[in-house]
Amino acid sequence: MKPPASMKVLVWGLVLLLIVLHQDVWFWNDTRLFLGIVPITLLWHMGISLGAGITWWLATKYCWPTELEEAVLQETPQGGKP
Amino acid sequence: MTQLYVIAGYLAVLITLGVCASRLSRGTSKDYLLASHSIGPVLLLLSIFGTTMTAFALVGSTGESFSRGVGVYGMLASSSGIIHSLCFFVLGVKLWQFGHKYGYRTQVQFFRDRLESDRFGLVLFPVLVALVIPYLLIGVMASGIFINVVTQGRVVAGENGPAVQGGTFAEGTFPSFFEDGSLNEKTGERDGFAGATGSKGGLPRHIASLVICAVVLGYVFFGGMRGTAWANGFQTSVFMILGVVMFYLLTQQLGGEGSFIANLKKLSASIPDTKLVREGNISPTKFFTYMLVPLSVGMFPHLFQHWLTAKRASTFKLSVVMHPIFIMIVWAPCVLMGAWAAGALVNVPPPVAADPNKVLAFMVRSTGSDLLAGLLTAGVLAAIMSSLDSQFLCLGTMFTTDVVQHYSAKDRFTDSQVTWIARSFIVAIVAVTYTLSLFEPGAVFALGVWCFSGFSSLFPLCFAALYWRGLTKWGAYASVLTTIAVWFYLLDASDYARDEAYAIPVTLGGSTYEVMPVVPMFLASTFALVVVSLLTRRPSEATLAKFFPEKN
Repeated sequence: MKPPASMKVLVWGLVLLLIVLHQDVWFWNDTRLFLGIVPITLLWHMGISLGAGITWWLATKYCWPTELEEAVLQETPQGGKP
Repeated sequence: MTQLYVIAGYLAVLITLGVCASRLSRGTSKDYLLASHSIGPVLLLLSIFGTTMTAFALVGSTGESFSRGVGVYGMLASSSGIIHSLCFFVLGVKLWQFGHKYGYRTQVQFFRDRLESDRFGLVLFPVLVALVIPYLLIGVMASGIFINVVTQGRVVAGENGPAVQGGTFAEGTFPSFFEDGSLNEKTGERDGFAGATGSKGGLPRHIASLVICAVVLGYVFFGGMRGTAWANGFQTSVFMILGVVMFYLLTQQLGGEGSFIANLKKLSASIPDTKLVREGNISPTKFFTYMLVPLSVGMFPHLFQHWLTAKRASTFKLSVVMHPIFIMIVWAPCVLMGAWAAGALVNVPPPVAADPNKVLAFMVRSTGSDLLAGLLTAGVLAAIMSSLDSQFLCLGTMFTTDVVQHYSAKDRFTDSQVTWIARSFIVAIVAVTYTLSLFEPGAVFALGVWCFSGFSSLFPLCFAALYWRGLTKWGAYASVLTTIAVWFYLLDASDYARDEAYAIPVTLGGSTYEVMPVVPMFLASTFALVVVSLLTRRPSEATLAKFFPEKN
């Protein structure tokens, strides 16, 4: 079943959101340590890494070019020479 | 000596993997160069990750954090997590499809067909090779330096000048050319065994580099792409696991408290405020514009070849999803350790502080554990070699396919001969790279980010070739030539990369902002591509139909 187009918009919107959230000027001069261990800015960007993993998982689920799976393989014997 | 045994054991495993891979070979050139498009999701993930991560992931990340604070994770790691997967998804899968469908082995083949221009290959080929060579040299030189550092003894003041204590090898074990280091420009003589660049009782760096080249050549020569993918998979696992193990052991040793959590708290509390913030370390505009640099993976020729090894399109899914997570697993502990090193609990001496790439090795050596030093070296070598092997194989493939086969009659060579031609080129490339490394081109290390920026500026070309029917061969020429021109102009302005903090000042609304050199390069390349393509004739309808088939 073809995924709804709105999911594609949502996924690409999430990618853009990640890029915006990546510019965390709000933590630029923050010296806090989360639980006394992880600097807050490092924690934020580790969250961005996890968020990227989740976003790309959604992309593979809802935006995957399924037509490629069905592409007929017509390889030529001599490299790129037709 | 323990660390040398660990390193030797590790290298022996790699050679064994190459030999085992060669036993599974189907004997065709497609198997040798592309593993017959048989690589599954897990091995593709590990081999692509290992190829994109260099020694910088372990050693450089710690050093950068030591110098510029924990903000480097955002600038270099989390940005790559977003952008690399974007490239795999947007470019990799489509290029795999065309490679599989039309039998491509190199990027030049794809662009020649897509642009209907045989001569375009003559422009793109040297640019790609020139951008990969500094990258190769960095790997060869860094591996030699690292092995030398971890096997060195301690330099102490002696009656006749500095002497070495506790080195792995006594003076005179190797010819003086290898032991006495570089030529000192002031004195006109070599530094000497215990001098600044001397071997100091460690395995001399040129010999260590030679061993690494021989090992990588061994498994690439015998195993081809299958051997490379297996070795990369193994090495990626090694440097990820060892990275985490090292983090745990160093935390326990440096903290000195009873529990792991207590040690983490004690070490993190020691981080100076200047390393917890980005103010004074990284400017916001440089931080933002650095995001263009990871686009380089879209045009890495060695990554293109790895993409083509995938069994099917869906094989990419695991790489797209897990790549950002893997980056986090490797980078976050190293960045934290670098910040700890800037604190009072790790007393980094001034000579080490002056060369931040030595900070991680210093931390490990300060524990006094030879086994830990050996494991760290194995991890760093794994990261270096998992990039070197792909680059050697890729250059061999490019010379064989884009030069020899392309300019020969169609059936001039048998398939077996093609494999042997590729092997011969790989041997020649390893030999040339090693010889160049003997001249110690120190400036090559600073060229790293410039090479990445060059590849990033070619990203618009690759993207347009896949998604814009309007791209013409003249637009492609304009894009590549503009990239070369702007690249050289800015490199010259940065005093040939000697000014490592070089940035372009941009004045907007009375304020001046710093942006990375990749920004004007990327924009100029895109502008030239679009404008010239709009003014010139598109490829034929037959070619457009080949690359933009109607969707059913």
